[in-house]
Amino acid sequence: MDYFAQQLINGLVLGSIYGLIAIGYTMVYGIVGMINFAHGDVFMIGGFIALITFLILISLGLTAIPVILLVVLLVSMAITALYGWTIERIAYRPLRHSFRLAPMLSAIGMSFVLTNYSQVAQGARVKPIPPFITGGYTLHESTDGFVIQLSNIQIMVVITTIVLLAIFTWLVSRTRLGRDMRACEQDQTMAALLGVDVDRTISMTFVIGAALAAVAGLMYLLYYGLVDFFMGFVAGIKAFTAAVLGGIGSLPGAMLGGLAIGLIETFWSAYFSVEYKDVAAFSILIVVLIFMPTGLLGRPEVEKV
Amino acid sequence: MTAPPTMTAKPATGISSLLKTAFINALVALVLFSLMVGIRTEAGPDGQLTYWTRFGELASLVAIVFGGSIVIELLRLWMGPAGTEKLVPPAVQSGLSFVGRYLAPALLIFTLLVPVIFYNQRYILDLAILVLTYVMLGWGLNVVVGLAGLLDLGYVAFYAVGAYSYGLLATNFGWSFWICLPLAGILAAFWGVLLGFPVLRLRGDYLAIVTLAFGEIIRLVIINWQSLTGGPNGVSGIPRPTFFGIPLDNSDDGLAAKLGIEYSSTHRIVFLFYLILALALLTNWVTIRLRRLPIGRAWEALREDEVACRALGINTTTTKLTAFATGAMFGGFAGAFFATRQGFISPESFTFQESALVLAIVVLGGMGSQLGVALAALAMIGGFELFRGLETYRMLVFGMAMVLIMIWRPRGLIGHRAPTVYLTKAQAISSDLVKEGHG
Repeated sequence: MDYFAQQLINGLVLGSIYGLIAIGYTMVYGIVGMINFAHGDVFMIGGFIALITFLILISLGLTAIPVILLVVLLVSMAITALYGWTIERIAYRPLRHSFRLAPMLSAIGMSFVLTNYSQVAQGARVKPIPPFITGGYTLHESTDGFVIQLSNIQIMVVITTIVLLAIFTWLVSRTRLGRDMRACEQDQTMAALLGVDVDRTISMTFVIGAALAAVAGLMYLLYYGLVDFFMGFVAGIKAFTAAVLGGIGSLPGAMLGGLAIGLIETFWSAYFSVEYKDVAAFSILIVVLIFMPTGLLGRPEVEKV
Repeated sequence: MTAPPTMTAKPATGISSLLKTAFINALVALVLFSLMVGIRTEAGPDGQLTYWTRFGELASLVAIVFGGSIVIELLRLWMGPAGTEKLVPPAVQSGLSFVGRYLAPALLIFTLLVPVIFYNQRYILDLAILVLTYVMLGWGLNVVVGLAGLLDLGYVAFYAVGAYSYGLLATNFGWSFWICLPLAGILAAFWGVLLGFPVLRLRGDYLAIVTLAFGEIIRLVIINWQSLTGGPNGVSGIPRPTFFGIPLDNSDDGLAAKLGIEYSSTHRIVFLFYLILALALLTNWVTIRLRRLPIGRAWEALREDEVACRALGINTTTTKLTAFATGAMFGGFAGAFFATRQGFISPESFTFQESALVLAIVVLGGMGSQLGVALAALAMIGGFELFRGLETYRMLVFGMAMVLIMIWRPRGLIGHRAPTVYLTKAQAISSDLVKEGHG
């Protein structure tokens, strides 16, 4: 039971990270209708920028951890958001009214560009950082000595995710931008006729998605203590799997899917085998899609002829 | 990342707005590259991260973006707004049909003569074999993506199934290449059907992600099922192909000895060359013939409009399954060839990157055009080889090329649709006009 509880905690933390990335996929898909293949690499770039900012701040002699974390968070969100904006501008906007496969291939190309760009710019080796946030709480200690640990990093990841989700939900449901986004999702031409700046709204979608991915990158860096140039691919596929699992286009679905993938992966590694954890995640995706082709929370697509 | 974001929708007029655009682009580039290029991190020997600055590189990159955006804006002014020609003009069409009629046979004859012309240049022969392998893969995937319109991001899985089928059957049971080749195709087709069944109800992007997941599952199983596949170490010692039982080696039973000519290691390369050429041409021939059969017509109809297909009584289930199985079978053949050529296979050869490369070849080739796919494979693999010296920059350049080609020609090199049935004359249209259904 204790083992189960510990794995539950680990799975939820991992799932939060996946969920944050998955939101970026699902938002872009909802509005533009394309799979932003480069999003996993945007997450990786976010991790790298966080790492470099950490290094600079520490070498400048800053010691207050909350200040460092806040600055790193803001810097990596800002720069990664600019990456998201630039990618949309260069690779996707010229292809917006092109046929279905073109933006997707452009996105795959962009993903190669980003992966290899960071390999060229920062080297191929894994970059570790020393643990910044240490300590934690012992929730329960059983008689045979098994301890349920809840580390401070895990608390931070979950709290950050909840806060960001709250802000994000407010943004989508209450602000002008959110209304524009929902309008573009339903009908871009009609939205444009009613005075919505479609180009700007789509750009903002990419910016917000990239900023959330940057947060996920920072969390990943803090939680695992390392980044490398290839981490975007696997994390990206899993987050996309999460988005599809939850029903692509649905924001709560993305978070739910992220948590589901995180839990499946953690429990599979804990009880069966670590080697096949990704196989388990992908197989469950396939099984879910067979029985619910639109995912857990997705609306069925009604086709009009 | 050197392609700069362009700030204005309309071509900028006047030198000041041009400079302003370039300045803003350079500013964006400065922020983007500031940390990633300006600071270089590396883990020291004791695991401690160190960093040093590279402001020189940063400055030159920003300068390149500044200069590049001025050049692009000037080009835009010079070229004027992009044309919106939809119907292919008759002159271009007759030119295209002329090229189409003579280019393919000319290319074929040249390809047949490649081993004769470049007999002593091992490098070119190897490269030609590689290009032909990708031509074959492209033609195989073309059946699924180009004809049936089913987006398959996991094509490399069938390539892997074919390669491992031959590798394992040959090393464990000693079966010859010519028995294993059809078996590899059948096994791959079987896996294609197996994948096809669950995904039949899915459309478009869901299909893409499931095929991607399937490709990753196959690769992960190959890596982890060590007792069967050797895991990351792969399968080695895969026998070389024989000329229908006669080995191509230096022994007394070898082909060279039987023919009474002096043995040369090039014989095997030339044999491999004609083998893959034959396999690729088989793929091409089968595809061309299938397109004229009801099943091929059904594939193309399915690509254009699935709902209309169902309304006309086409069984979409079997149509999709046959497309998957046919494409997978050719992937399996190519995989078996790959295994026998390399003599060694490992999961590293079957990553998503390969799937993306083959898909890029098909889309660049114009989705459905056999000649286009062949030209695209030549351009892609040849271009890839040109940048071999650049090592890590190679994939960077490849990715950029993919993005730029998509922006330049989203419909691929040969993006015209010639009607298969017509009333009075065949008027080819630009495929921009074709609205594809959500296959």
